[in-house]
Amino acid sequence: MDEIMQIIEELDWSPLFISLKTGVVATVISFFLGIFAARKVVKASPGKKAVIDGILTLPMVLPPTVAGFFLLLLFSRRRPLGEFLFDEFGFKVVQTWLGCVIAATVIAFPLMYRNARAAMEQIDENLVYAGRTLGMSDMAIFWKVVVPTAGPGIASGTILTFARALGEYGATSMLAGNIPGKTGTISQKIAMVIQDGDYLTAGIWVAVVMVIAFVVIFLMNLISGKKMKNVGRW
Amino acid sequence: MAVSADICKELDSFRLDIHFRSSARRIGILGASGCGKSMTLKSIAGIVTPDEGHIEIGGRVLFDTGKPGKKAAKRVNLKPRMRNVGYLFQNYALFPTMTVEQNIAAGLKGSRREKEKRVRQMVEKFRLEGLEKRLPGRLSGGQQQRVALARIMAYEPEVILLDEPFSALDMFLKDQLQRELMEMLEDYRGTVIMVSHNRDEIYRFSEEVIVIDSGKIVAAGPTEELFKNPVSREAARLTGCKNFSRIVRVDAHTVQASDWGVTLELDREVPEDASWIGYRAHDFIPVWGEREKNMIPFDLADSAALPFERNYYIRPESARDDAIRTGVPRGDAIPAGAPRGDAVRANGLRSDVICWFVQREELQVLEERGMPDYLAFDEDAVLFLQ
Repeated sequence: MDEIMQIIEELDWSPLFISLKTGVVATVISFFLGIFAARKVVKASPGKKAVIDGILTLPMVLPPTVAGFFLLLLFSRRRPLGEFLFDEFGFKVVQTWLGCVIAATVIAFPLMYRNARAAMEQIDENLVYAGRTLGMSDMAIFWKVVVPTAGPGIASGTILTFARALGEYGATSMLAGNIPGKTGTISQKIAMVIQDGDYLTAGIWVAVVMVIAFVVIFLMNLISGKKMKNVGRW
Repeated sequence: MAVSADICKELDSFRLDIHFRSSARRIGILGASGCGKSMTLKSIAGIVTPDEGHIEIGGRVLFDTGKPGKKAAKRVNLKPRMRNVGYLFQNYALFPTMTVEQNIAAGLKGSRREKEKRVRQMVEKFRLEGLEKRLPGRLSGGQQQRVALARIMAYEPEVILLDEPFSALDMFLKDQLQRELMEMLEDYRGTVIMVSHNRDEIYRFSEEVIVIDSGKIVAAGPTEELFKNPVSREAARLTGCKNFSRIVRVDAHTVQASDWGVTLELDREVPEDASWIGYRAHDFIPVWGEREKNMIPFDLADSAALPFERNYYIRPESARDDAIRTGVPRGDAIPAGAPRGDAVRANGLRSDVICWFVQREELQVLEERGMPDYLAFDEDAVLFLQ
């Protein structure tokens, strides 16, 4: 017991903050991008839909290391895009926290997109038509009618996205690496200490991750549950 | 507000080809499911875009592809929100996450105060006091209908389109909501177009009726006139006529109804272009005693008891004579090897079965006197059809 307390006292908490920060930022980006993409795909013609949907879902299906490989190819400073970003804006992606965010976003984004899309496709299209005949603009219909009505689906998409982004390992380790205090996320920390045979520290981090995951899901259920009760069967 | 619509649209193997103009205030569109009546309404609202056509309300052009050969630049296709047309959806399409107030205000323009004032007016007019903060899922069917109508009326459309407003309701609620809807529309000065597959709803509601069958108008005209004289067979069927027979015109006052094996002698003149007659199931007159003209002897094939009436399915006796002559087995004479159920069912579906519906008062007479010997045709009730 004393041993655990001692480890906790001496623990470097930076992986927690790096993971949380990465998770939050990646979720926010995925939230808007996912909804935007879902809206585009829902409206697209069937042929286009299949192609775009395939591309957007790919990161979820591919092994994260494969996604990491592609990201590395894209953002390496020896490649056109990476070079352009660094020269023009001074953005470094590889081996930086920005890399963590990009890796987590790319991997977690499909969850947001797919959930948002499924929720939107289930919406009674008469609601959209009603909005149009009532004189609402398409933007107003989307943000005031479609998104709130798809709320439960979008909320569950957000939970899953956050959970996935928080735990991202494969692509992150390839793009951002594991630099303590900079890109060292909890997942990478656990893998690292396990390699050293330090099961006790690993266990503490595992407990931390589980607490976060539980709290997030609990909060989200609370929010969406409360809303749904009022909406009723609709 | 005169409405004029020419709509052509091809969809898979279905072709909608509708042309009508009407200055009636209440127009009903009657047709079976899938006949294109909803698409007509959606074309007027701008939810569906016709391939070709011209739609005009009170002189305002909403949609126009021009005459063939006209320049494409001349095309008009107003967005739904520019058309000033209200659309009442079958399921009301209330926004589920918005309160009653927010629903009513959804399409309103102007300052916050103006909107609030308008919403308050609507809440009062449609008796929604106390429900302002409720979500649609917590409203009864009648309240939902009132909210949907309030939401439409709030922005004062020139035309209101009702898309099968009652078809998902049970009988009791249906009657109540029909009365409510008509009451609420009473002082509405614009045009209302209602689409329905239910002839009772259409009859009750509209001044003029348009009957659509597989994408085309088969009859149109003032409601009462059209129900009395539907002219086409499809229109007669949709207005509820159950019995049809091909006819052979013998002379100006005599026709032979070949499917029923009866010759009718009428004081009315038989139109020369009539090739069918129709006869409503409620219009037969039971006769006991001597056979006179325009009567048929019959056999009872089947009957069904309903709460307020009884449906008899009868077969004219002359048809039986024909069958005997031609050697076709009928009735009890079941062909060897055929299961009995099949034979009965096959007979029940034969076109020579006539529907005779008897209402409660008449039913009492029947119960006292037994089945009549003959059924007589009421001359005025015979429909001549093309």
